[in-house]
Amino acid sequence: MARKLSMKMAINEAIDQEMARDPSVIMLGEDIVGGMGSEGEKDAWGGVLGVTKGLYAKHGDRLLDTPLSESAYVGAAIGAAACGMRPIAELMFIDFMGVCFDQIFNQAAKFRYMFGGKAETPVVIRAMVGAGFRAAAQHSQMLTPIFTHIPGLKVICPSTPYDTKGLLIQAIRDNDPVIFCEHKNLYGLEGEVPEKPYAIPFGEASIVRDGRDVSIITYGLMVHRALDAAQQLAQQGINVEVVDLRSLSPLDLDTVIETVENTGRLVVVDEAHPRCNIATDIAALVGQHAFHALKAPVEMVCAPHTPVPFSPTLEDQYIPSAARIIDAVKRTFSYRGKQ
Amino acid sequence: MNTREDSNPGSLLSAKQLLNVYRRMRTIRHFEERLHVDFSRGDIPGFVHLYAGEEATAVGIISHLGDGDRIASTHRGHGHCIAKGVDVIAMMKEIYGKTGGACNGKGGSMHIADLSKGMMGANGILGAGAPLICGAALAAKFRGKGEIGITFAGDGAANQGTFLESLNLAAVWSLPVVFVIENNGYAEATSRSYATAVDSYVDRAAGFGLPGVTVDGTDFFAVYETAGELIRRAREGGGPSLLECKMVRFYGHFEGDAQTYRGHDELEDIRANQDCLKLFRAQVEQSGMVDSAAFDEVDREVAALIEQAVQEAKAAPEPNAADLLSDVYISY
Amino acid sequence: MMSEATIIPVVMPKWGLSMREGIVNEWLVDEGEEITPGMPILNVETDKIANAVEATDGGVLRRKVAGEGDVLPVKALLGVLAPPTVSEGQIDDFIQSWVVADVDEDDEEQVSVDRFIEVNDLRVRYVRKGEGTETLLFIHGFGGDLNNWLFNLDAFPDATVVALDLPAHGQTETRLTGNSLAALAGFVIEFMQALEMPAAHLIGHSLGGAIAAQLALDAPQRVRSLTLIGSAGFGPEINLSYTQGFIDAQSRRDLKPVVELLFADTELVSRQLLDDLLKYKRLDGVTDCLQQLHDGLFSGGQTSLPGQRLSGLTPPLLLIWGEEDAIVPPEHAALAPAGSRVVRIAGAGHMPQMEKSAQVNQLLQQHVSGER
Repeated sequence: MARKLSMKMAINEAIDQEMARDPSVIMLGEDIVGGMGSEGEKDAWGGVLGVTKGLYAKHGDRLLDTPLSESAYVGAAIGAAACGMRPIAELMFIDFMGVCFDQIFNQAAKFRYMFGGKAETPVVIRAMVGAGFRAAAQHSQMLTPIFTHIPGLKVICPSTPYDTKGLLIQAIRDNDPVIFCEHKNLYGLEGEVPEKPYAIPFGEASIVRDGRDVSIITYGLMVHRALDAAQQLAQQGINVEVVDLRSLSPLDLDTVIETVENTGRLVVVDEAHPRCNIATDIAALVGQHAFHALKAPVEMVCAPHTPVPFSPTLEDQYIPSAARIIDAVKRTFSYRGKQ
Repeated sequence: MNTREDSNPGSLLSAKQLLNVYRRMRTIRHFEERLHVDFSRGDIPGFVHLYAGEEATAVGIISHLGDGDRIASTHRGHGHCIAKGVDVIAMMKEIYGKTGGACNGKGGSMHIADLSKGMMGANGILGAGAPLICGAALAAKFRGKGEIGITFAGDGAANQGTFLESLNLAAVWSLPVVFVIENNGYAEATSRSYATAVDSYVDRAAGFGLPGVTVDGTDFFAVYETAGELIRRAREGGGPSLLECKMVRFYGHFEGDAQTYRGHDELEDIRANQDCLKLFRAQVEQSGMVDSAAFDEVDREVAALIEQAVQEAKAAPEPNAADLLSDVYISY
Repeated sequence: MMSEATIIPVVMPKWGLSMREGIVNEWLVDEGEEITPGMPILNVETDKIANAVEATDGGVLRRKVAGEGDVLPVKALLGVLAPPTVSEGQIDDFIQSWVVADVDEDDEEQVSVDRFIEVNDLRVRYVRKGEGTETLLFIHGFGGDLNNWLFNLDAFPDATVVALDLPAHGQTETRLTGNSLAALAGFVIEFMQALEMPAAHLIGHSLGGAIAAQLALDAPQRVRSLTLIGSAGFGPEINLSYTQGFIDAQSRRDLKPVVELLFADTELVSRQLLDDLLKYKRLDGVTDCLQQLHDGLFSGGQTSLPGQRLSGLTPPLLLIWGEEDAIVPPEHAALAPAGSRVVRIAGAGHMPQMEKSAQVNQLLQQHVSGER
């Protein structure tokens, strides 16, 4: 039995092991150390939620706390990447992407293509995503679809500590720009994580639960909601297959098609807003590539077309629940077709 | 501000070096003038932004740099490219969108780059180069070989948040960066005096915690000498600085810009009185270091090179369908 | 009154030393059916493997106690066999009174079953169970780990049972101390020394068999008996498209057809099994080490053949081979020294210790105890 680690510590360990292995790995971010320039404790925070705590003691000035200047320091990470380093830039909340998005989508994403294949930009931008913290509208979004849309970016969103360490190590080793999305509500989730370093390839979805009757495709926190729903449905005799995409760009379309061909019914669950999100993307791809296998229309369970509300009662309704997923699954069985 | 009267060509450069920098400047001028003509004939796709009139700044600064030093350019990037030693024929092919261009036709005029020469690209997003050069300078610091980064921005781009954040970041981390503001008085069609609250960008430098200097950007020697000091300072760990170069642009913001926003005789006047190439040549000939025949010879050689570049660009093959999809990622 | 001895419980088995519970996936038989010993009656899944539970006894399945999807501890009642003469009421009573046997004291100590020890500067994972006077040492094969012995380790309650992960395998450090049989056998000897194990009954599978054979040649005093299963080290042939394919496979899709070559019943190749293999292969350095081993031992055919040089063993060598072994040909058994006992198992491929564990365990018990 491998030892258990929280997702937060899995991130810490991935960065630590890669920094130890490769001197060109550096980290930039706000308060990733904490206490810089002040009289009190260094490494006071180690990141706003303590994810990078302890790394400064091991790697010193390869961790750089930054002023509140996302466009400058995310851009600097990108520029340093184009000059042979392997920077990890932390965007504290993905909601802050607005102030630095140009550097990400117009610069990093496009260098290789615009410069005729003659640039390498091995930058990782880590960002917290997702709701459930009562952090309200500007600190709770799931903006994965916006990044997935951009050619030149890779977008990863793991749901388990094992996947998190392996995919983050892969991201740091990958030579393309990677947006690494960490669901803040999963930081405390524990799971078996090997002590040795390992890399999980991108573009590979994970079948986290085998099933026969219906497929749920999802990612991030919603994987766990889907598993809750699957457990409840098992007691009602419905056998659910759950697929965790993990890698949104590149996408494992083969596994998406495979699961739909296996069960014939699909529910896609996405914490992002309903227009132009991962769910609509998967639903369209399934309609295009696996229509023959479908016994019912694809159901999508998403957040509503609203900002994230503050009030806990409302936020809990905002986030797709196991109950809504169960309803969607049942709709795939009650579909009767056109009369 | 450093002016012409203070500079003595012979004390800064040898005859050979003088001819060299002249060649660079003349190449830029000729390249841009030719593009102006060809563009008006409809030969050139997309947008071009010509550097003609500003050569002394690009060459005066970039002459101090090696391949390990990085520059980030603006949308008006041909001058920086040529000064940094990017192949002229490859540049022309790129502007024509052909295979064999500096970016294999995938970037065009606004995104010309050559990372092997430390040219991190012309940029279609104003002010975007400043953070990138902070990153290049950070990498240089880690490498520890005394390499530096230079970012160019126009008088308009100097108001972008990215540029201002980068000033602070470079100062806080003591990065080896020189921020060059190419103040030609216009940001597109809007004058500097309207868009910028301070009269001098140097005032802002002090406000951000780094030193700033203004030079006459049409005076090659003033630029060369001042830039040399700031670059040396950066190499020696002295941190970032700001260099404002006051200059003139001969052409519009983009080719096709009728420039009706400029003063009545302005264009004629600057061609006559503020042509940095004429001024350079006059100053050097007067010092006796290089004679007129030598300069003329360079002019002829440059003309031939540009002609060759255009011919090769026109003859070069178009990219094919596979090129559309290639090089989005290194691996996917 | 019918004695309760005629009511036979079907219980959750223990697969591997760390198993505490399993999930009932599917019943394969119906109430009222006649069950014969060895018949697969239900599919159970643990975090390590999915497999069929085979009936250990015969009788009519009177009641399915466990439902599909139930998670139940080891030794929990899954079903009841009884002759038709036993009444429903008696069966109800039996079920009501069933108490999941307390975990043994031995098992209590095994809370963290995996142990680690430094051998030749390598951190080695191993498991050790029991306090018997006889020690059994299980050695896995290429690309495997001590969990290959999942269905075997618990079958020897009177012995001390030890299994290790070889260098660069399982959770042992990803480093080799040599890629020859002599080096690997030497390593196992050092492991035995570190555990203060002067001698043991060696059970080796595939490459582990070749290592055990080499060890028996190099240090015969350490070998109480030798059992080799689907063993390398006898003849030159080995299925290189399996061995190299195993190294090269990068995804579940690539790996599945390769791993299926190991088994006569490809149903055993579950997603869980493949995921666990991928997790292992993705550890830094594993692929390089496996390739080094492969280059030293298998490329171009096996050249080191200790199996042919074994002779005068007491007790004689026991060779177990699956009839459908697609990795090392069963014909290699003929290259064993005279006097060896060869048992070929029908319906098993390269992993009879998993596919026909009951039979293999019985053969091992006989061999270790000196029975014939």
